[in-house]
Amino acid sequence: MPAPSPVAPRTSADIPALQNIASQVRRDIVRMVHAVQSGHPGGSLGCADFFVALYFHVLRHDAAKWDMDGDGQDLFFLSNGHISPVWYSVLARSGYFPVSELATFRKLDSRLQGHPTTHEGLPGVRMASGSLGQGLSVGIGAALTKKMKGDAHLVYTLHGDGELQEGQIWEAALFAAAHKVDNLIATVDVNGRQIDGDVEDVLSLGDLRGKWEAFGWLVLEADGNNIQGLLATLEEARQNTGKGRPVMVLMRTEMGQGVDFMVGSHEWHGIAPNDAQLAAALAQLTETSGDY
Amino acid sequence: MSQFPILDQKDTRSGFGAGLLELGRKNPDVVALCADLTGSLKMDAFAKEFPERFIQVGIAEANMMGIAAGLTVGGKIPFTGTFANFSTGRVYDQIRQSIAYAGKNVKICASHAGLTLGEDGATHQILEDIGLMRMLPGMAVVVPADHNQTKQATLAIAVHEGPVYLRFGRPKWPVFIPADMPFEIGKAQVLVEGSDVSLFACGHLVWRALQAAEELAKAGIKAEVINVHTIKPLDEEAVVASVRKTGCAVSCEEHNRYGGLGDAIAQTLALRLPSPQEFVAVNDSFGESGTPDQLLRKYGLDTPDIVAAAHRALARK
Repeated sequence: MPAPSPVAPRTSADIPALQNIASQVRRDIVRMVHAVQSGHPGGSLGCADFFVALYFHVLRHDAAKWDMDGDGQDLFFLSNGHISPVWYSVLARSGYFPVSELATFRKLDSRLQGHPTTHEGLPGVRMASGSLGQGLSVGIGAALTKKMKGDAHLVYTLHGDGELQEGQIWEAALFAAAHKVDNLIATVDVNGRQIDGDVEDVLSLGDLRGKWEAFGWLVLEADGNNIQGLLATLEEARQNTGKGRPVMVLMRTEMGQGVDFMVGSHEWHGIAPNDAQLAAALAQLTETSGDY
Repeated sequence: MSQFPILDQKDTRSGFGAGLLELGRKNPDVVALCADLTGSLKMDAFAKEFPERFIQVGIAEANMMGIAAGLTVGGKIPFTGTFANFSTGRVYDQIRQSIAYAGKNVKICASHAGLTLGEDGATHQILEDIGLMRMLPGMAVVVPADHNQTKQATLAIAVHEGPVYLRFGRPKWPVFIPADMPFEIGKAQVLVEGSDVSLFACGHLVWRALQAAEELAKAGIKAEVINVHTIKPLDEEAVVASVRKTGCAVSCEEHNRYGGLGDAIAQTLALRLPSPQEFVAVNDSFGESGTPDQLLRKYGLDTPDIVAAAHRALARK
């Protein structure tokens, strides 16, 4: 029973306001990672614009009504769980838990584990992730439940491009097209980097768009660091749900975007800035809504 | 055994299929997934009657586990079906992260477990699955004794909140548990009372343990037979109560001697009532092709092996 496509008109986005939030989120990311001298700043910074666009404009969600089932709301699953800093920041700043709790990131007894989990009961998180390649299958399952329950809301997932080297992703890709899971919008952070270097050198993904199209997906592409363009593409994706095909958005991003000495290098995948680097990073990022 | 006459000869997987069909009729939240083994798992009746709640995932078990985990978001109760090997070892990390650690209400239903799978050989005869699943925090592990009990267990795990591993098998096997015998997850069943030695068994070896008790009785030895259909959470009180009476134990399982029922009982006894224990289990090896009976004999899991183990345990008292 295919769910009808939710195509209600949207209010137009306040792009400068979203950019301001993204700046604050980037401050949160570097401060969180610096505080515990561990975590993954590079991918988090690169995806800040996407997360802000998603949570502050695209997703139909209500933090005040959060529960695990998420009936009547859009759902989001983070498959590349190591970029937890950006998700935690955006969840806090969209009301899922107090912003002050960001200070507990990766510390003992925190709900903000190194990789996201349901285990500590953090609002906004519906799945544990970190071991890569699992989130697309999970998103499909949640999308199937929405269809079975007649809930027309959508399921979004985010994956890293390096993560696409995991075989389970392609099992899920095959399934979603064959079973016409058309209430699912998967997105990929195409930053071209992974721990050991460039994706192209570690294990090339080849013609990524062609691969997803060959698997039967509708594929859209976007500049993942341009909020305005990203919103247009995500809206196009939304308009194309309910049409018998899963939708894929390939977002080109720069790892480390927003901090000049982190941009474009895999070296900042899982390295924390020192005190001087933190100061240099914060000098480039305007505090727009108050540090935690 | 006079208390437990053979009622029929049926495979435990058919008990699962019957239970699943009944669940489909009584609980609209129950969803079934299968990885290209619908006939082998006896899921065809459910698939035919509830096509909108049956998901064929193809030969892609990792994806099946992930989809099952996702289906729980929104309240569905997914039952996955494939062989025990592909239900556990092949997808351990998917189960660990997306189901166990995430605390998802997924029921992992596994057929063709153990040596009694038979001729397919060691690639498919997983003997490590109970251990793998027992080690996962929050995972219940249920290994019913016969067809009737497998049906009961299938119904019971649907109302148990949290992830469950349900293990059953391929061959036709004596049906001896009365269909109306009460079944409760985590509650072991004393099938035969005795005072000399406790025979703790699960799955197909419960019947063998009953036969062994009959043999021992001929020698004047009163063996107590306990069906430990739930390995986790283990009914520790039942284990301790029986061994307090008998003074020694034999564990019987179609599994490697490491990680399974025997380990669970030994750990309980070590902590609460140190006692002699013998292990009827596969001695840290893989299986091979053969008929179920041939394999049980060759790998030391047959009735005479249980009898011999009981004598060894008795001698150590």
